[in-house]
Amino acid sequence: MAIEKVNTIVSTAVPLSIENVDTDQIIPARFLKATTREGFGENLFRDWRYDKAGATREDFVLNQDAYSGTILVAGKNFGSGSSREHAAWAIYDYGFRVVVSSFFADIFKNNSLNNGLLPVQVSEEFLQKLFTTIEGDPSTEILVSLPDQVIRISGTDIEESFEINPYKKECLLNGYTDIDYLISIKDKIEAYEMHRN
Amino acid sequence: MAGKTLFDKVWDAHVVEEIPGGPSVLYIDKHLVHEVTSPQAFAGIDARGMKVFRPENTVATPDHNVPTVDQHLTIHDELSRFQVNKLTENCENHGVPLYGLNHPYQGIVHVIGPELGITQPGMTIVCGDSHTSTHGAFGSVAFGIGTSEVEMVLTTQCILQPKPKKMRINVEGELRKGVTAKDIILYIISKISASGGTGYFIEYAGSAIRGLSMEGRMTICNMSIESGARGGLIAPDATTYEYIRGREFAPKGKEFDEAVSRWEQLKTDEGAVFDREITYDAADISPMITYGTNPGMGAKIEARIPTEADIEASGQNSFRKSLKYMGFEAGIPLEGIPVDFVFVGSCTNGRIEDLRTFASFVKGKKKADHVTAWIVPGSKQVEKQAIEEGIDRALKESGFELRQPGCSACLAMNDDKIPEGKLAVSTSNRNFEGRQGPGARTMLASPLTAAAVAVTGKVTDPSALIN
Ligand code: SF4
Repeated sequence: MAIEKVNTIVSTAVPLSIENVDTDQIIPARFLKATTREGFGENLFRDWRYDKAGATREDFVLNQDAYSGTILVAGKNFGSGSSREHAAWAIYDYGFRVVVSSFFADIFKNNSLNNGLLPVQVSEEFLQKLFTTIEGDPSTEILVSLPDQVIRISGTDIEESFEINPYKKECLLNGYTDIDYLISIKDKIEAYEMHRN
Repeated sequence: MAGKTLFDKVWDAHVVEEIPGGPSVLYIDKHLVHEVTSPQAFAGIDARGMKVFRPENTVATPDHNVPTVDQHLTIHDELSRFQVNKLTENCENHGVPLYGLNHPYQGIVHVIGPELGITQPGMTIVCGDSHTSTHGAFGSVAFGIGTSEVEMVLTTQCILQPKPKKMRINVEGELRKGVTAKDIILYIISKISASGGTGYFIEYAGSAIRGLSMEGRMTICNMSIESGARGGLIAPDATTYEYIRGREFAPKGKEFDEAVSRWEQLKTDEGAVFDREITYDAADISPMITYGTNPGMGAKIEARIPTEADIEASGQNSFRKSLKYMGFEAGIPLEGIPVDFVFVGSCTNGRIEDLRTFASFVKGKKKADHVTAWIVPGSKQVEKQAIEEGIDRALKESGFELRQPGCSACLAMNDDKIPEGKLAVSTSNRNFEGRQGPGARTMLASPLTAAAVAVTGKVTDPSALIN
């Protein structure tokens, strides 16, 4: 599956200031029965967005008109728990292209990168600054530049650089996937197998 | 030259290629597949018009979605049935060995791998499931992957992975009465937190770990992911070899002896360096239980739920939210909290030893009237053995019944859902909001504690009740 290229994103953001958001919250297990990758966005944060009768929970950020955009800003240790890639699919399918947090769970980070969803890890101080700024003025735009590896509050000089593996950066900038790379080195893999036996 | 860690030895032997500035291409020996995280991967491989590269190194079983009663009937939930059938169809198309529903080897992937002798020391093992870390108990490098990676392994038997950092956790000394492997790992996670292991692969060592059975070691490695770690592993020893000997896919005869001499090399060299090392005193560990909505929120059963003053500032929001969800007040004693449900099972504690522990505790006692208990074996083989050992009858006499194998209430994808607002003491591995059903409240504990709770109907420290 090809992924969409990622470059520079400028958007308003949705602040989800909760720590340890696990993949069971992102997409509850009962919605994992689909056999395709599409449509999971509908059930993103399902039990926080809707009550058990299906009514919208007005106090949840995704349901507040003030907040919108393609950047999700979330509390520390985002995406912990299950390896379900459905979590990354749901966030992407809902319309987010970047997730910002001060800490990501490993498998979630890999899954995001494999789907063209950019995880941006920032310091706890910067994260808190983002929360206060966005909550203070929801129309604040955030700029995320993958080429420069920088995240900035637009129109200010409040910014921070972020890390990304150089190989993964290339992949995202060009829309390459790991699987294409692995298929391209299949003779090396076979040589490895021969050599082991 | 500094020595190598066990993890380095296994990892390095599987590197096909290092990408400069990037991840390693890691060769995978065994790929376990289940119905939930594989359909999109098979769809990907089909779209390319390719076939599974090494079906003989792949094994599949349905577990997450299967009912735990009346397994001989068709699955009534339409979507679940479709997903399970899809797995069968995909395995048939690609020649992947499948232990389907009603097959004598069906069960939770992480239970059947070891019990069939598929899991062996020194291997790399992956599965589209975070608890693949379980297999590390045999001295293998085993970890969970996402569906895109499942597709990579199906297609090329490799994945691209950055090499994790290394941590060693030593538990030294003798365990106190009533303290089991589950308590050790809940204790460790309560100390290092639900994210303390992120970025690491953990080696568990020390005399208390060495003294555990393979089942106990699997429980420990299984929950490595609950600390955020990619996986955990334990050096193989005589206990490991004895467990593997004679199992279906284990090497036999002379080959077994040769394998053992290879496996004996699989230990961390003296002087090998870890990025982080922690040592705990086994005597400090008591029977543990969780009170919140992440597995790091655990405490000694004899203790009280912490108060905000005990929690660091940035975590206070989550702490409050968590207690609100659980319906608990900060600072109250854990013992005596009334419990509605008891769940024994999952890849953490659904093995024969766990059922034995539970059954021997409840023997001669009765289930508390208001408690609903689900006792779910991890596999068909565990179920069979439990019946052969008379565990099912013993359970029945005490008011319990043995169900059929599957993941069950661990993630509540099938009908085994804890009802909204009800409180369950569970031997599984996750206490997240809604994990065991929308609105369900979960406290994680050992099978021994679960047994004590099932009998008293409230949170109970089992150590006072055993001789
Ligand atoms: S028992 Fe629970 S944790 Fe284990 S594989 Fe099944 S759903 Fe996952």
